[in-house]
Amino acid sequence: MSDRARLAPRRHVPPWARFVARRLAAGLVVVWGTLTVTFFALHLAPGDIVDGLIGPGAAATPALRGQVIAENGLDDPLLLQYGRQLAQLASGGLGWSYQLNEPIERLLGSQLGPTVELAVSALVTALVLAVLAAALTVGRGRTVRGAAGLAELLMVSMPSFWLGIILLTVFSYRLHALPSIGADGPAALVLPTLALALPLAGVLAQVIRQELETTDGRPFVLTARSRGLGATAVLLRHTLRHALLPLTTLSGFVLGSLFGGAVLVENIFTRPGLGRVLANAVGSRDLPVVSALVVISSAAFVVINTLVDVLHPLIDPRLREGGPA
Amino acid sequence: MTTTTTEATAAKAAAGHTGPSVPLVRVEGLRVSFPGAPRPAVDGVSLAVGAGECVALVGESGSGKSVTARSLIGLAGARARVSARTLEVAGADTAGFGERQWRAVRGRRVAMVFQDALTALDPLRTVGAEIAEAARLGGTAGPDSEARVVELLTAVGVPEPEARRTQYPHQLSGGLRQRALIASALAADAPLLIADEPTTALDAIVQAQILALLGRLKDEGRGLLLVSHDLAVVAQLADRVLVLRRGEVVESGPAGRVLSAPEHPYTRMLLDAVPSGRPRARPAQAPPGAAEAADAEAADAGAPDAEEAAPVLTGRGLVKSFAPGGPRALDEVGFTLRAGEALGVVGESGSGKTTLARVAMGLSRPDAGEVLLHGRPWSALPERRRRAGRSAIQFVQQDPYASADPRFTVARIIGEALPGLRRAERARRCAELLDQVGLPAELLSRRPHQLSGGQRQRVAIARALACGPQVLVCDEPVSALDVSVQAQVLQLLDRLRRERGIALLFITHDLAVVRQVADRVLIMRGGSVVEEGGTERIFEAPAHPYTRALLDAVLRLPGTEGAGSTEGAGSTEGAGSTASTGSTEGPGGAHVADVTGRDAPEQDTEHAAGQDGEHVPKWET
Repeated sequence: MSDRARLAPRRHVPPWARFVARRLAAGLVVVWGTLTVTFFALHLAPGDIVDGLIGPGAAATPALRGQVIAENGLDDPLLLQYGRQLAQLASGGLGWSYQLNEPIERLLGSQLGPTVELAVSALVTALVLAVLAAALTVGRGRTVRGAAGLAELLMVSMPSFWLGIILLTVFSYRLHALPSIGADGPAALVLPTLALALPLAGVLAQVIRQELETTDGRPFVLTARSRGLGATAVLLRHTLRHALLPLTTLSGFVLGSLFGGAVLVENIFTRPGLGRVLANAVGSRDLPVVSALVVISSAAFVVINTLVDVLHPLIDPRLREGGPA
Repeated sequence: MTTTTTEATAAKAAAGHTGPSVPLVRVEGLRVSFPGAPRPAVDGVSLAVGAGECVALVGESGSGKSVTARSLIGLAGARARVSARTLEVAGADTAGFGERQWRAVRGRRVAMVFQDALTALDPLRTVGAEIAEAARLGGTAGPDSEARVVELLTAVGVPEPEARRTQYPHQLSGGLRQRALIASALAADAPLLIADEPTTALDAIVQAQILALLGRLKDEGRGLLLVSHDLAVVAQLADRVLVLRRGEVVESGPAGRVLSAPEHPYTRMLLDAVPSGRPRARPAQAPPGAAEAADAEAADAGAPDAEEAAPVLTGRGLVKSFAPGGPRALDEVGFTLRAGEALGVVGESGSGKTTLARVAMGLSRPDAGEVLLHGRPWSALPERRRRAGRSAIQFVQQDPYASADPRFTVARIIGEALPGLRRAERARRCAELLDQVGLPAELLSRRPHQLSGGQRQRVAIARALACGPQVLVCDEPVSALDVSVQAQVLQLLDRLRRERGIALLFITHDLAVVRQVADRVLIMRGGSVVEEGGTERIFEAPAHPYTRALLDAVLRLPGTEGAGSTEGAGSTEGAGSTASTGSTEGPGGAHVADVTGRDAPEQDTEHAAGQDGEHVPKWET
C-alpha cells in the first residue's frame, strides 16, 4: 500500500474516534499481558493440573492420566500450549472447561446475568447511599461529620464476606425476613446487594463529601448564593455535579471492587454467578475457565476506562476543546 | 473612625451630592469577627450607598473590604460573627434576618459581581443557564427565560447574545465573561450592585470597557459599591471613598478629595505605591553594563551605545503553536537581552508572552527559530545538556505561593537551589540570600503560608538568585501583590539589575509597571511583536495603533499625568478621553461616550485575545 493510500483515510477520522481506536489498541496489549501473566502463573503454581482434571473421586490410573494429558495437549511444551491458547482467543473462542466439560461461552453465558444483576444493583445502592450520606453531612457540625466519618470508616474496613455473614445471621437466621441463598426474585437480591454495596458506599461517600467541601469554597458557589439561591438548590444545581466528576476516575476501582466482592458475596449467599464460577475454577485448577475470566475482566476494565475517558469531556465542557490529550 | 465617616456621609448628603433620602444600604458600626482570629476582620465600618452613587471601599488584601461587602448580603461566612449598630438594606432593618429573608435580599435588592468570571461562574454550566437561574430567582423571567437572557446579554454589550448564551465560561474571552457575570447580577434588577474587584483579572483595554459599563449602570441610577485595591480604578467611578486598613476606616470622603489630597499617611502610601507610569529614577552611579543601557534608553534602543554590552539571551524567529495548524502562540518573535538590561514584554492575555518566557527558559521547544544563551545554542540543546547551563537563567513566576512547595520551610526552598554544601554553609548562604532580598534571617524556619505575599515573592527571588543567574525571566512577578508591596519588589529587581548586572526579561500586562522597570519594551499581540523600542520612545511616541490603544487604556490617578510626556501619548488618540480620565469629577458622560464610541476596534481586540486565550492557557498550564 502506498503512503498516500494509508494516510488518506486518517484525515476523515474524527479525533475522538482515533483516540478510542488508540485506547482500544493499547487495551488489547493490556489484555494480552494479563492473560500471559495468568497463564504462566497458573502453570508454575504447585499442584498437578491432571489431578485436578480427573477429580478427587476417580482413580488416577496411569492410563487415564495419559488419556487426559493427550486430550488436552498438556505434555506439549509450555510455549506451544501458550500459543495455542492465544490462537484460540484470537479466533474468538474462549475454550473448553476441563471441569464441567462444556464450552466456556455457554458456561459464562448462563452465569453472567446474575452477576451483572448483583453488580448493577450494588452500584446503584452504593451511589445513592454515598450521595445521601455526603450531601446530608457536608458542612455540618463536628459531631455529625465525626459520626458520619466513623460510620464510613467502619463500612470501608469491614470485609464484605464478614458483613455478608452478619447480614445473614441477623436478617435470615434471626428475623427470617429475607432469604439466605439463591437468586430467586428481588428479595434474594437484598442482602447480597447490601453486602457488596456498603463497603463501596463508604469509600464513595468520603470522596464525594471531600469534593463537595472543596467545591463549596469555590467562587461560583458564592456567586450562586449571592443571587439568592438556597443551600439545597446550590447542592443540586451546582456542587453535586462537580463532586460526582472524580467518581468517573474511580470507575476502575469501583468495577474491581464489584467483581472482587462478587466472588465472595456469591459464595456466601450461594448465588449463581461469575464470582462462584471463578472461585470453583481456581479451586479445581480449571485453567481455561480461569484464563477466560481473566481475559473478560481485563477487557471490561479496558472498555470502562476508555468509556470514562470518552465521557469525561461530555460531562466537563472544559475538557472538550482539543480532545483528550 | 466611625463618627468621621458618618459625619462625612451626613455632610455629603447635606451638600446635596447624593440624591435620595433613603439609601439603598446603610450600615453603621459594622463589626465582623471570626473565631480564632486575634482581632476582628472588620471593626466599626460605617457607610451608605444611594441610588446613582458609587462608593468605593479601598484597601490592601486583608483590610476587610470584601468581608464588609459580603456582610451587606449576609454572606460573610458561616463562622463569621456580624454585628452593627444599624444594618439596613432598602430601608429594612436586617437585625433579625434569617436565611430566608437574606435570600430575598440577595439578587433582588443587592446583587454582587465578583473578580474573575472564569471561577465566579459555574464552569460546568453555560453562561445562559447561570443568567437564567438568576432571572428566575429574581422573578424577572418565567420558565422560558431565553428571551430575558438575550435581553440581559444585550444590555451589557455582549455581541451575538444568542450564540454566547449557549457557551461555557471558559469559551469566552475575559471581557465577555465578565460582562456575562454582570448580566447575571443585573438579572433580578437589583438597585444596588456590589462589585468586588470587578476588573482585577482583566487586561487594560478590557478593564476600561468593563469600567465604562459599570459607569453606565451607575448613570442609569443604580447604586454601586466598588471594592478594589486599585486606586486608579476607584478614581474612574467613585463618588466617595472609604480607605480600610486592618478592618478599620482610616479615611473617607469625596473621591476627588481623598485621592488628590489624602490626609491619612496610609492613604498617601497607597497612592504613592500606585505604579504611576513615570519612568524609573536613574541612579547617579550605574555599574558597567547598566550605564550603556541607561544611556541607550535616554536616546533610543537603536542608539549605538546599546550595541556594546554583550547579548546574554537572544531569540531569533521563534515560532510556536500548540496544535498542528492551530493559531501560533509565537509568530516569528525575536529579541535581544543584554547584560544589566531590563527588557519588558508587554501584551494582553493570549498575546504569547508567557509562551515566550517558557521558550526563553528552555522549558518549551520552539517549532522554528532558536534561543541563544551567551551566543551559544540554548533552545536547540537536548535537555540533558541544557541542565548544566540552567543556573544561568532563572524563573520568577507570578504566584509565589503556588511556585513553592507549601510543606517546605524557607530554608529548604532556597537550600534546594544550593546543592553540595555543608549544612552550616548552606544555612549561612540562605541567610545571606534573604538579606540580599531584604528579608530577615528569622524567616528561614517559616513555611510559605506563614509569609505575606511580598515576602513569598522575595523568597522566590532569593531562590532564583541562589544559582547565581545572569538572566532572570520574570513572568508577571508583581501581578499577585498589593500595590505597596509591588513597588518594593520592583525596586528589588531593579537593584539586582543595577548592582549585579543581572538581565531581566520582564513579562507583564501592566504598562505602568513596565515603564518603571524596563529599558526597552516589546509589545506583543496575537503571538507577534507589533512594536519594539526604548521604553521612553514607546511611551512618548507609540508608532503602532495597538500600542496607542494599550496606552490609552491605562488608568491614571488624577494629577499624576500632568507631566508632559504622558499627556502627549494620551492626546494623540483623543483629547476627550484623557481630559475626563484626569478630571477629579469622576467619569462623566463624556468619558463613557468616548470609550463606547471606540467600541468597534476594542471589541476586535477582545476577540483576538479570546481566540488565543482558548488555546494558550489550556496547554500551558
